Amino acid sequence: MSVFEQVWVWLTSPDNWAANGIPLRLLEHLRYTATAIPIAALIAVPLGAYIGHTRRGGTLVVGLLNSVRALPELGMLVLLVPAMGLLLAFEALTIVLVLIAVPPLLAGTYAGVRNVEPSIVDAARGMGMSEREVLFGVELPNALPLMLGALRAATLQVIATASIAAFVSLGGLGRFVIDGNALRQFDQMAGGAVLIAALAITAELVLAGVQWLVVSPGLRPTRTRKRKATT
Amino acid sequence: MIEFQAVTKRYDDGTVVVDSLDLTIEDGGITVFVGPSGCGKTTSLRMINRMIDATSGTILLDGADIRAQSPAKLRRGIGYVIQHAGLFPHRSVLDNVATVPVLLGTRKSTARKQAAELLERVGLPAELGKRYPSQLSGGQQQRVGVARALAANPPVLLMDEPFSAVDPVVRDGLQEELLRLQSDLGKTIVFVTHDIDEAIKLGDKVAVLRVGGRLAQYATPAELLARPADDFVASFVGRDRGYRALGFLSAQGVPVGPVATVALGASAEQARASLDNGWAVVVDEAKRPLGWVSEGSLSTVDQVRPEDLVSGGSLFEVDSGTLRTALDSALSSPAALGIAIDAQGAVVGGVVADTVVKALADARRCGEVPT
Repeated sequence: MSVFEQVWVWLTSPDNWAANGIPLRLLEHLRYTATAIPIAALIAVPLGAYIGHTRRGGTLVVGLLNSVRALPELGMLVLLVPAMGLLLAFEALTIVLVLIAVPPLLAGTYAGVRNVEPSIVDAARGMGMSEREVLFGVELPNALPLMLGALRAATLQVIATASIAAFVSLGGLGRFVIDGNALRQFDQMAGGAVLIAALAITAELVLAGVQWLVVSPGLRPTRTRKRKATT
Repeated sequence: MIEFQAVTKRYDDGTVVVDSLDLTIEDGGITVFVGPSGCGKTTSLRMINRMIDATSGTILLDGADIRAQSPAKLRRGIGYVIQHAGLFPHRSVLDNVATVPVLLGTRKSTARKQAAELLERVGLPAELGKRYPSQLSGGQQQRVGVARALAANPPVLLMDEPFSAVDPVVRDGLQEELLRLQSDLGKTIVFVTHDIDEAIKLGDKVAVLRVGGRLAQYATPAELLARPADDFVASFVGRDRGYRALGFLSAQGVPVGPVATVALGASAEQARASLDNGWAVVVDEAKRPLGWVSEGSLSTVDQVRPEDLVSGGSLFEVDSGTLRTALDSALSSPAALGIAIDAQGAVVGGVVADTVVKALADARRCGEVPT
């Protein structure tokens, strides 16, 4: 049997799809992702919107983000769990995942708000919009494509990184990769990796759909049909 | 009425962009701020709606200090049009136009209905309302920008180089449109441009500013051309100002002489017989001019056909024309005879340059020309 056939057999085996098999790990994985992303967004979006709108503190935040990006996730997790105690392993994992998701979300929101055409913001203010109305009515809607792009990137990264949950007995799809590696069961290891990739791709597709729904048609990048210009 | 009283704008680094400006802008006219870059014209404009706050001095809007109310509230009562229109890309054209009424609390459906009417008013089909700004041409975007500024029916309109980013032909159309709109609406318009020709074409009054933010001259366009206050204004107003000043003098006094006409499709023989000084104007059934024929152009054909015409110069409309259009029609005509037309566009006669110059001399004698 080739490697691919072995993986296929593992992936389709009914035993692996028993309630405490793949479905459980998938749910765990989803739970970690679904916890970390909203928390990260809650931190990153308001902060990014604020510094993008006021144009204050941009350099400082970008520098900080880059240093956070350099942190090794696994090392941080292994450090945090003993420090916080095994009972708080989930919280420790969430902290690590949030730290991964914040930089791209913050950068995307900041860049999105900041890069809104100055003439548009000028017009908005000149027509009598309050700062709040400028931010919520003009800057954020125009920043949405970049923000959602950042959300997709962050989600992808968190799904990939959540595999390390298995290192601290939290399961997730990473369980299969680690167990497979330990037991030299390559079908399980590769199968786990395929599942993680499939989850990432699915999330990407769902978010792309969301982006298509919530971003104004006026901001869609590809407009191949050039309308006849009359003046 | 907008009054600038000793208004100065000085930046932290000490640069003075507007220096003790005293200026009164009358209601119901177009006042143009013009000058080279760095003269503070845009700054002066933006101080009116408090996009920039003056360092010292007072600006009164209808007698009340503009600082008496919050900037947002003040701005909602003043139309604002900027260079690239600054339309909101994420909102449909209709919603762009409805912006200020919605801010002021008008119901969205009502505001949209009014917006559709406004689009037609600025010369755009109402169907365009459903599109997004990126689907419009530059000229269309600018029209939407004007409609958006007019949406809440503000008495005052600030226009900051609104037409400078579009090509000359479109710009010309937009300028005509603005004048037409203004003759209907009678708003108080403050208009900034660096283009003196635009200033002279649009302005009821023109304020020429010099670098450093000092007012060099504040006068009607005709006066600016006839009597520039100093060398700066004279050089800024530019060459041909004597000629351009003719644009402010009515051509009522210019005698319209006869002109030889020949119908399109007439035989070459007929055409030759009607030539006057070697030239004749070819006209269609409604007597509208199509071009010229001459001895030379008739020598090789036996009928007057559209493709054989020598194209004509500019036309001079008898009732509304100025000395400038009269003179230009004569100078640009291949026959040295300007074609005079009536309001329907039909040929009524011809004018020669000499008579225009003579009419100018008469006008001068009667004191109609500022000297």
